Amino acid sequence: MVGARPLPRSRALRRAVSSVLGSRWSLVGLLALIALVIVLASSAQGVSGTRMLGLVVRGVLLGGVLALGALGVTLVHGVLKMANFAHGDYMTLGAYLALAIMSVLPPGRSVFGLGFGYEFLVALVLVMPLVGLVAYGLDRVTFRRLRQRRSAPVMMAMAALGVAFGIRSIVYMVFGADFAFYYQGRPRPVVELFSGVRVRTDQLFILAFSLALIVLVYLLLERSKVGKAMRAMADNPDLARISGIPTERVVFWTWMVGGALAGAGGMLYGLDVQLRPEMGWWLLLPLFASVILGTIGNVYGALLGAFTIGIVWQVSTAFVNPAYGPAAAFVVMILALLVRPQGLMGGGR
Amino acid sequence: MDPAVLPRSVLLAVPLYLLLVVVLRGRSALVKHALAAVVALALAAGLSLLLPAGTISYVTTFLLMGSIYAVLTLGLNVQWGYTGLFNIGVAAFFAVGAFTSALFTLKMPTGAAAAFTQQAFGFGAPFWVGLLAAGVVAGVLALVVGWPTLRLRGDYLAIATIGIAELVRLVFQNERWLANGPQPLRGIPQPLSCLTGSGCDWLPGFVNAFFDPLAPRDYPYLYVAIVALVLFLVYTGLERAIRSPWGRVLRAVREDEDAAAMVGKNVAAFRMQAFVVGAVIMGIGGSLYAHYVVAIDYGHFDPLYGTFLIWVMLMLGGSGNNRGAVLGALLVWAIWTGTSFLVDALRPTLEAISPVLPQRGPYVRLLLIALLMLFIVLYRPRGVLPEEKVVSLTRD
Repeated sequence: MVGARPLPRSRALRRAVSSVLGSRWSLVGLLALIALVIVLASSAQGVSGTRMLGLVVRGVLLGGVLALGALGVTLVHGVLKMANFAHGDYMTLGAYLALAIMSVLPPGRSVFGLGFGYEFLVALVLVMPLVGLVAYGLDRVTFRRLRQRRSAPVMMAMAALGVAFGIRSIVYMVFGADFAFYYQGRPRPVVELFSGVRVRTDQLFILAFSLALIVLVYLLLERSKVGKAMRAMADNPDLARISGIPTERVVFWTWMVGGALAGAGGMLYGLDVQLRPEMGWWLLLPLFASVILGTIGNVYGALLGAFTIGIVWQVSTAFVNPAYGPAAAFVVMILALLVRPQGLMGGGR
Repeated sequence: MDPAVLPRSVLLAVPLYLLLVVVLRGRSALVKHALAAVVALALAAGLSLLLPAGTISYVTTFLLMGSIYAVLTLGLNVQWGYTGLFNIGVAAFFAVGAFTSALFTLKMPTGAAAAFTQQAFGFGAPFWVGLLAAGVVAGVLALVVGWPTLRLRGDYLAIATIGIAELVRLVFQNERWLANGPQPLRGIPQPLSCLTGSGCDWLPGFVNAFFDPLAPRDYPYLYVAIVALVLFLVYTGLERAIRSPWGRVLRAVREDEDAAAMVGKNVAAFRMQAFVVGAVIMGIGGSLYAHYVVAIDYGHFDPLYGTFLIWVMLMLGGSGNNRGAVLGALLVWAIWTGTSFLVDALRPTLEAISPVLPQRGPYVRLLLIALLMLFIVLYRPRGVLPEEKVVSLTRD
């Protein structure tokens, strides 16, 4: 019989090193390092502090919108164990549904010093449940069949790709391939937030609205019965099923919440930037980067990831061509994967 | 009789011959090749004489694009079909191959052209150098992407490949100095195009004389032979590799990673090898594409044409089956081109619904392809030609 031998020293050392390198704090350290590099680079390139502050504010705004999408991705991944590559296109769908709704409403005057009128708010209220229902309906005809057949997760991801391109083709057909705006040529009021940092009032609304939705999701998950059931499903689907949790209802609410958040996120992004049929596909990468950075399936991680990615995206534009913003998100994701694949909130070590 | 019929049918016989070599079974090599050659020549000549020239030329260009897509699909089949690597950034390797090959074979612009075209380098190298360089650069890209992501779960790799495809798209869209930025890179040389023009000075006279009746617009007949040859080499190479112990390990990794690791296989290394081999093949496909379309820009490598279409081809044909991959590529390309007729036929109906719809007809095709993808995943996940039980080669 061979007893338990002590590990050779080199291997023990390697293990110790890798356990330090793979810890949560090293990922936090990596993010701090990125922040430090940015600060140093900005002083080296002579980017003014006000400009940097402004970009950080823009990053937080973008982070709020990304968080709405990332929450849906992470909820769906937690409850249904699938990578929903159609989620970005649910955002596109929300943005364009709003455009359609607003085109039939009589145009109103701008309200409360914002750049949009009542019809945007009406559209927001209508679009959120609509996208949720569409997401659930699409689940009924596609993903549910695959789940029932216990197909491999990649088959669901592939079906999601089909759904994504299907939605995009319909958007192309109905609205054309050009970009669009909710309000063409309407003045967009600006306020000075603090010395030298100016933002549009619309953007303050975007941030406030996304934060409100995030709080609502928090309350739903922590306080409501459905939220508790969702967390149970995410934790252990089989155990949840045998403890009598109505799986189908949880699935319904997961899609409703995820879809509604995506619809709102798409509308807010469209209000801030512009509407394009490809917008959702382009947002998919930052969304998943946020989710992976904050651990797939973890709601609070997704929020943390979304704001980090949003800030990195915006701040990077001070140094490189702004077109590479999403690429900056990608680089952060790859670095995070190298250091700690399970993300900030993941268990282990 | 049109004097161009003879050289055209000889050129068309090449893909037919290669197809027959693949399809015919159970005869000695000499008999098989001779039989294939005779039948191919007879078939090509017969078709050229019987069918109207327009039809033949249409079928040729169809086969040409279908075969280029078949090369790309075979590359994806190594990654997904045999090894289970979920790469949804095919467009990245496709684009990198196409631009690499273009830059290697183009010369640096001089004089007035330099004002309109910027490129990082231009060697004016022959086609085959561009083709190999395309494969090498795409393979290196795969090495770089694969290193941090291949050891992770499938959906992480998927996201990383989406990321790399976006990054490649952004680079070719914004970096003017590299490959002329958002403007297309034009004038990519076509291999052996001298044969359809004034003749190649490095070839013996009788060859030039034989191909003399061909006009520049006959170039697809020549290129289809080249593409078919590359496709044939890739296909036979892969079939051999898949039946080798190496291919057996790839399938083991796909089916059960832990079991493969238990018997001492370095799972990460095999995944990386499959990823790189697939990417090299995609790069070669990109090169074939660039030299056919002559002018490329980043728009050609949209995730729709560059990735999604190729996935539908592989899924329809049958992942894990090289014949399926080729068949799927031709079938989906037939559906894709065929639906453009459908859209034309639907034009009055679309016009009745809304006057803007007919211009948006192409998107009807996108919807059909997306529905086809869903149909396959839901009802025919194994494709038209499902994976066969592969027995590794043994020595007789």
